Amino acid sequence: MIELAGVHRDFVVGGERVYALNGLDLVIDEGEYISIMGPSGSGKSTLLHILGLLDRPTQGLYRMDGVNMTDLNDEQRARVRGEKIGFVFQFFHLIPRLSAAENIELPLMLAGIAPGERGRRVEAVLAATGLTDRARHLPSQLSAGQRQRTAIARATVTEPTVLLADEPTGNLDRVTGAEVIKLLEGLNIQGITLILVTHDPEIGRRATRRIRLVDGRIAEDDREVGA
Amino acid sequence: MTVADYLRLTWRSVTALWLRSLLTGLGIAIGTAAVILLTSLGEGLNRFVLAEFSQFGTNIVAVNPGRQSTYGASIGIFGIVRPLTIEDAESLRRIPQIQASMGLIQGNAEVEAAHRSRRTTVLGVGSDMPRIFSFEPELGRFLPPDDPQVARPFAVLGSKIHHELFNEDVPLGEKIRIAGSRFRVVGVMESKGQILGFDMDDVVYIPTARALELFNREGLMEIDALYSEGASARDIAEAIGATLTARHGRRDFTITTQEEMLSTLGSVLDVLTFAVGALGGISLCVGAIGILTIMTIAVRERTAEVGLLRALGARRRQILALFLGEAVVVAALGGATGLVLGAGGGQLLRLAVPALPVHTPWEFAAAALAVSSFIGLVAGALPAYRAAGLDPVAALRAE
Ligand SMILES: Nc1ncnc2c1ncn2[C@@H]1O[C@H](COP(=O)(O)OP(=O)(O)OP(=O)(O)O)[C@@H](O)[C@H]1O
Ligand SMILES: [Mg+2]
Repeated sequence: MIELAGVHRDFVVGGERVYALNGLDLVIDEGEYISIMGPSGSGKSTLLHILGLLDRPTQGLYRMDGVNMTDLNDEQRARVRGEKIGFVFQFFHLIPRLSAAENIELPLMLAGIAPGERGRRVEAVLAATGLTDRARHLPSQLSAGQRQRTAIARATVTEPTVLLADEPTGNLDRVTGAEVIKLLEGLNIQGITLILVTHDPEIGRRATRRIRLVDGRIAEDDREVGA
Repeated sequence: MTVADYLRLTWRSVTALWLRSLLTGLGIAIGTAAVILLTSLGEGLNRFVLAEFSQFGTNIVAVNPGRQSTYGASIGIFGIVRPLTIEDAESLRRIPQIQASMGLIQGNAEVEAAHRSRRTTVLGVGSDMPRIFSFEPELGRFLPPDDPQVARPFAVLGSKIHHELFNEDVPLGEKIRIAGSRFRVVGVMESKGQILGFDMDDVVYIPTARALELFNREGLMEIDALYSEGASARDIAEAIGATLTARHGRRDFTITTQEEMLSTLGSVLDVLTFAVGALGGISLCVGAIGILTIMTIAVRERTAEVGLLRALGARRRQILALFLGEAVVVAALGGATGLVLGAGGGQLLRLAVPALPVHTPWEFAAAALAVSSFIGLVAGALPAYRAAGLDPVAALRAE
């Protein structure tokens, strides 16, 4: 379970304070499927970065599974990130020199998991994302949809409890985007907490909980069952 | 992460831009090659000079007239210097560890045989010379151990003067004239070649007393004494000093031990080797700057990648190790290449110019490799620390 209470995040740009998050309260249960929408600059990415422990609130509280995340040091945050959180980005962020399988193996490598175990897990996520026959291909040899699926495989190979996706379909056409969303929803059905930032209302509507951010605050929090 | 993982990731980064890595490594290779080649030459020269000086043996003490002050000026100009005499040379034999002793005179004279003559160096020496200078006659024998004051007029020829005067004929028993005086040839020395430009084979050896007479000199140019193996050079010098001071009433001579001379020479040559090595080190520094530059660029280019790795759970020190590893791999490969180039170049140089003394000490080579890796570590440190210190969110945004 994730709890945010009174979270502020501001930046000082040229002597002026910019409020990216401005007093945000949010409780997320395990296994939820949440879409976050809102105008550009409303703080959606900033919220994901804070949830993913890449960034810290300037003020406020963040608890995950009862542990206060704001107290953790850099090293501890890196460990939690590696164990509990998966990221998927708009621009895939694959390492161009490494094959699909090697890109997927990276988080396991960083976490110090033994090579034999890694191979087994990489095989499994490759199969789950339908990339088994693309394992040895470099990112440049993959289509955009395959790249994003590789990124999703990489985000899930560590078996995280939370998957944070920042506009994962932003660089994909409608059909490929829909495939990627299907894949993410499949992971959610298996139990992962899915938090998805999107500009596409059609995609946003599919989530079981829809949050709308405006000026760093929650303007709407809609819990209707999705279409 | 295991060492193999680090190596694999580093290797991918190095080979992904292989031309760039190659050129960067080349900077280190050239620097390392320069250091190795120059120190090889320095060390070769060092060994060559020391070998030249020690071929007479290392247990030699020389006594010269006049006292050298620290600055090399002889105080003989101000005081009265008694010449060194044959008796002085003989007196040294009473010192227990002294095995042989002789007076030395050098001059130039016309040497005439039956049909030919030649102007050459004439050395007045004692019958102990072969022992003292480890230099034996090839034909006949050396000067006999006559009473040094009234030695018989015998002469021993160097191998070159032998050929100049007698061709291939065996000259033993032949009469020659040196500066008009008659001598009889009793031996021919083995060929020794040039030692520091002085042709040891173009010399006629005659007894010291005869040379004093011939060149009309009052005193010896030098006394050379051989002391027993294992005796302390310092003790010997002290004993000689005491003996001669007692005879002269003052210390109006200078004692030089071969050991002392070799160690002084050795340290001068070591400084020389170090200096040329440092010269090569400058190009190694340029190579290091190349690594610093390339790693700075690499960190900038891969900022988003650093952000990604952090998002995937990488610790700061893992990022640090990855970039440092890259710099060290490039530098170490460059260093290894430079080692091969430098040592190979040295061998080629030796084949091309056999007279040139080249010697690559393996400890230098190992040090060069260690130093180049260390340079990679130092040059890579600044960019790697920058990469490790990047804010993950800011890094991810960079693209
Ligand atoms: N590192 C930063 N320095 C200064 N201002 C920042 C920084 N990061 C974010 N901001 C500001 O915080 C606000 C929220 O940014 P954020 O990226 O979270 O918006 P977003 O909702 O994700 O927008 P978009 O839909 O365009 O991606 C913006 O006004 C942005 O300019
Ligand atoms: Mg955004």
